[in-house]
Amino acid sequence: MSYIFKNSIDLLKLCKKHRKPISEIVIHYEMEVSDSSRREVLDKMRKVASVMKEAINGGMFEPKKSLSGMSGGSAQKLMKYFQKKQNKKHGTLLNELAIRAMTYAIATGETNACMGRIAAFPTAGGSGVIPGVIMALKEMDKLSEEKVLRGLFTASGVGIIIAENATLSAAAAGCQAEVGAANSCAAAAAVEMRGGSPEQAFTAAAMAMKSALGLACDPLGGLVEVPCIKRNALGTQHALGAADLALSGIVSFIPFDEVVEAMWNIGKLMSPKIRETALGGLAVTPTGMKIRAKLGLPSLKKITENQTVSP
Amino acid sequence: MPTTYSVFDIAGPIMVGPSSSHTAGAVKLGQLARAIFDTTPEKVTFELHGSFATVTKGHATDRALLAGIMKFKTSDSRIKDAFREAKKNHIAYEFQPTDLGPKFHPNTVRITLKKGSKKMSITGSSIGGGNVMICQVNEHDVDIRAIAGKYKSIIVSHDSSNQSLEELTAYLLKNKHHIAGVQTSRINSHAMSIVNIDKKHLTLDEVLALEQIQGIEFVRSLTKLAH
Repeated sequence: MSYIFKNSIDLLKLCKKHRKPISEIVIHYEMEVSDSSRREVLDKMRKVASVMKEAINGGMFEPKKSLSGMSGGSAQKLMKYFQKKQNKKHGTLLNELAIRAMTYAIATGETNACMGRIAAFPTAGGSGVIPGVIMALKEMDKLSEEKVLRGLFTASGVGIIIAENATLSAAAAGCQAEVGAANSCAAAAAVEMRGGSPEQAFTAAAMAMKSALGLACDPLGGLVEVPCIKRNALGTQHALGAADLALSGIVSFIPFDEVVEAMWNIGKLMSPKIRETALGGLAVTPTGMKIRAKLGLPSLKKITENQTVSP
Repeated sequence: MPTTYSVFDIAGPIMVGPSSSHTAGAVKLGQLARAIFDTTPEKVTFELHGSFATVTKGHATDRALLAGIMKFKTSDSRIKDAFREAKKNHIAYEFQPTDLGPKFHPNTVRITLKKGSKKMSITGSSIGGGNVMICQVNEHDVDIRAIAGKYKSIIVSHDSSNQSLEELTAYLLKNKHHIAGVQTSRINSHAMSIVNIDKKHLTLDEVLALEQIQGIEFVRSLTKLAH
């Protein structure tokens, strides 16, 4: 009996047939494609979770400035701000879960920007959202390690479908394929971790992705720092919001697989200038140009002369 | 070739930042080029195409490619010191921006490796999330990707007669390998074939036996590169 799925319809059928959550089907999928035991698969994911925790701790407790000087120290700043506001009449606008998710996402991005070790889940550019949401939920809900691993497998299942039917490369489809995809993966994980159904998980994934459609990849100097790190932080809010919408019973008018198709379609319509080339958007603002000059990147005029960047 | 992603293609790789496609993917492309070349080169030239050319420095794509040539893993903290490590290992290197044309993915590099009179060029693309594919070996178009995190392709450089390839497949079948597909590219009297095998990997003895077949120049198995 095969557990291979290519889209959410396949995956939901498998969930129904076996009466199991998405995470369980994804664990069986991996055992099948990599010809491994359940234990090997779980151990591998445990390693991913431990790298995530290290990256979060590094960013929060040993903040460093990145080589470019653009990032570092924000995770710690947000954590301190929350602690200061915690028992005040007017606390933070968002609840503790939401603030923690943002803090962990920023910490991961800051570790990455200093050439520290991270799990590129689903990619390095979008690597803050999933640990942000899953680790914040683990702490606030006091969840077991097993629940965390389940969240990570569910997130992977969504990521596999996006990779299979569209792309996870910002160079191919912009930031919607990296942070957008991460939001989608994290939203589905949050639904399962809170006891929602597989259908609700894909509803959340669809809504999270819809909110990121058209998102340009326009990083300053081509570095995975600005706007990537804060965009990951705010991505956790899309994921948590989409999960709440789905858990309330709201359904996505457009099914998940069609949203993925739309993302790929939009990616193909995007100019290469906003697909990880640092030739458009925020990258070419006056501030972006200053960073460009500081990093010694070739002038934009020179690039357009030498390269065939179609409009 | 059908792509079946592993969970850990998505939940990973565990890597040194900052970019999965421009850093981790670049390390893997370097590793693959080194594995296909089959020895440490004296000189490597990297021709960088598309986004690989424009945002190299900030993502340390250059250091990552070179680190891969030295067989560093994507999580190796020495990646940031790759220039110094290359010097220590007597590997000369050069980076050039280029335009390979629209048929290539925006994150593509052509890696030319040299040692003595031996020279090979390998073109590969970083297709997202640290996943990579090899699209040319020398002038031959190929399609080599990892399936479930493992490379099960064998690269065979041979003469354009059918006989050498037939002997090779006969040998594989005799040794109970399952052949999932063969792609062959022929240019003049030379050919390059990618043989995809399922289930078990080739052993070193099998590779050496295959290289004894008349008309076969070399056989490379990328099985050790599972990440």
